[in-house]
Amino acid sequence: MAELRARRGPSAGRGIPLLAWRQYRLERRMFWRNPSAAFFNFLLPLLFLAGGGIILSGNQHELNRLVPAIAAMSVMSTTFTALAYNIVFLRERGVLKRIRGTPLPTISYFGGVLANAVTNTALQIAIVVLAGRLLLGIGWPRDGVELAVFALAGVMCFCGLGVAFAHLIPNFESTAAYVNAVFLPVVFLSFYVFDSKSAPAFLRTIVDALPLKPLIDGLWAAIVTGSGLGGKLDALAVIALWGALGCYYAIRGFSWEQARA
Amino acid sequence: MSDSTSTDAAIEVWGLCKRYGAFEAVRGIDISVRRGEVFGLLGPNGAGKTTTVEILEGYRQRSAGDVSVLGEDPASRKRALRQRIGIVLQSGGIYSYVTPREALRHWAAFYPAPRDVEEVLALAGLQDKAAQPSRKLSGGQLRRLDFALALVGDPELIFLDEPTTGFDPAARRSAWETVRRLRDLGKTILLTTHYLDEAQELADRVAIMKDGRVLAIGPPRELGSGASSYRVAYRNHAGELIERQTDDPTRLLNELTAEALARGERLEELSVGRPTLEDLYLELTADG
Repeated sequence: MAELRARRGPSAGRGIPLLAWRQYRLERRMFWRNPSAAFFNFLLPLLFLAGGGIILSGNQHELNRLVPAIAAMSVMSTTFTALAYNIVFLRERGVLKRIRGTPLPTISYFGGVLANAVTNTALQIAIVVLAGRLLLGIGWPRDGVELAVFALAGVMCFCGLGVAFAHLIPNFESTAAYVNAVFLPVVFLSFYVFDSKSAPAFLRTIVDALPLKPLIDGLWAAIVTGSGLGGKLDALAVIALWGALGCYYAIRGFSWEQARA
Repeated sequence: MSDSTSTDAAIEVWGLCKRYGAFEAVRGIDISVRRGEVFGLLGPNGAGKTTTVEILEGYRQRSAGDVSVLGEDPASRKRALRQRIGIVLQSGGIYSYVTPREALRHWAAFYPAPRDVEEVLALAGLQDKAAQPSRKLSGGQLRRLDFALALVGDPELIFLDEPTTGFDPAARRSAWETVRRLRDLGKTILLTTHYLDEAQELADRVAIMKDGRVLAIGPPRELGSGASSYRVAYRNHAGELIERQTDDPTRLLNELTAEALARGERLEELSVGRPTLEDLYLELTADG
């Protein structure tokens, strides 16, 4: 066997930001190679948008409400859903445990993972807004800053909740059931309350206290009305509270490995 | 049981205990592993081997006792320590959509002085599969990737937890060859296994564990033959195989042959054997 040579030098990156960047690049590469991830992240919202566009064709008022709702749903699916799936998969397959045994700093690992989620969300919102403009005739976003603030708040909130939620899922086989048991009702009820003036008051109270409806409100204001950030601080506060709760439980209960039988 | 300690120890363990609630997985063990040594932890399932190793790897916190790995406490999970160790887990997964070459390049960046990725691929016998997504690799190839990922950082100390469980004979021989190469490179290796032949083939010393305790420790060949008893076996007139243990085979043979001659019988298949590692292992780990 040939004697192995140790390679030393500056190419052996060791800094936390550099390792986070490398993790991010690996996450991006894996994302594009996984057809189902690409489908659920990019094609599905477009299908929703197309379906909604056909049903609501000719009703510009409703179409204006559809685009921010789909954009908010996209934020939730690229963060909450995708992270819950990925974390459970990696945990149950032993990948997280293997990573834990290496010198990769935890902050670099999660920095790369979260940056990947932020990228997916940014791409999604861009696609939804562009499709809304080109296909459904809605205008360009009125308030770019408000859009960025709400999108970022939504990402941080649902990332935290996604990682925290992964703790509750006992094995990979049950991930779809657990995730959909949260994702589908929250999306359905939030869309309903957002769109209907006749929604029961108790339901409106509940949904307003959940993070998706405030995100839809914020994105609607940013994309359609341009009413300014000041008018939506209550929505931002609800998202921030859920985000703080999610991040707390994401860190506190994080498990790098399968629960022992 | 206590093992001799030395100043050039890679691993030192004193009175290590690990409890899960009321269950005591490890009950006060002492081990010292010298640098450059292949040390085997041998024992049946549930003996506490993996728990011990996972404490040494920094995955678990101990309940009591002291542990030193390359001069550091693994419980502190210092990055500098993790840069000096390589871990082959009993079952560790890898990203499905990444090739072995990509995984090794990614892993190599974690370490200050990594090995050349192509050379590690060659060492693990993965050159032909270097560009295949890992989800298309066979079980044996994935295990070789486990080895490669543990080696790419050029660690001083390598933990191998049940490295050949589930392997076919050819794959086992190949894995053993890799371990021997690592030993030749001067690496310290802590190997857990429940295969006696594996311990006998690879380990300079072994510790036999059962129920969270170390029952015997020493070089595998000496452990067996160093035991005080001999085994005398023969078939009686009814064809039954009779085995007797004795510290004094001369006297026992004298008695047995005298009795047989008096009865006009032969002692068929008469043999006198020194206990092997297997005998000792089975004796020590027998239930009850």
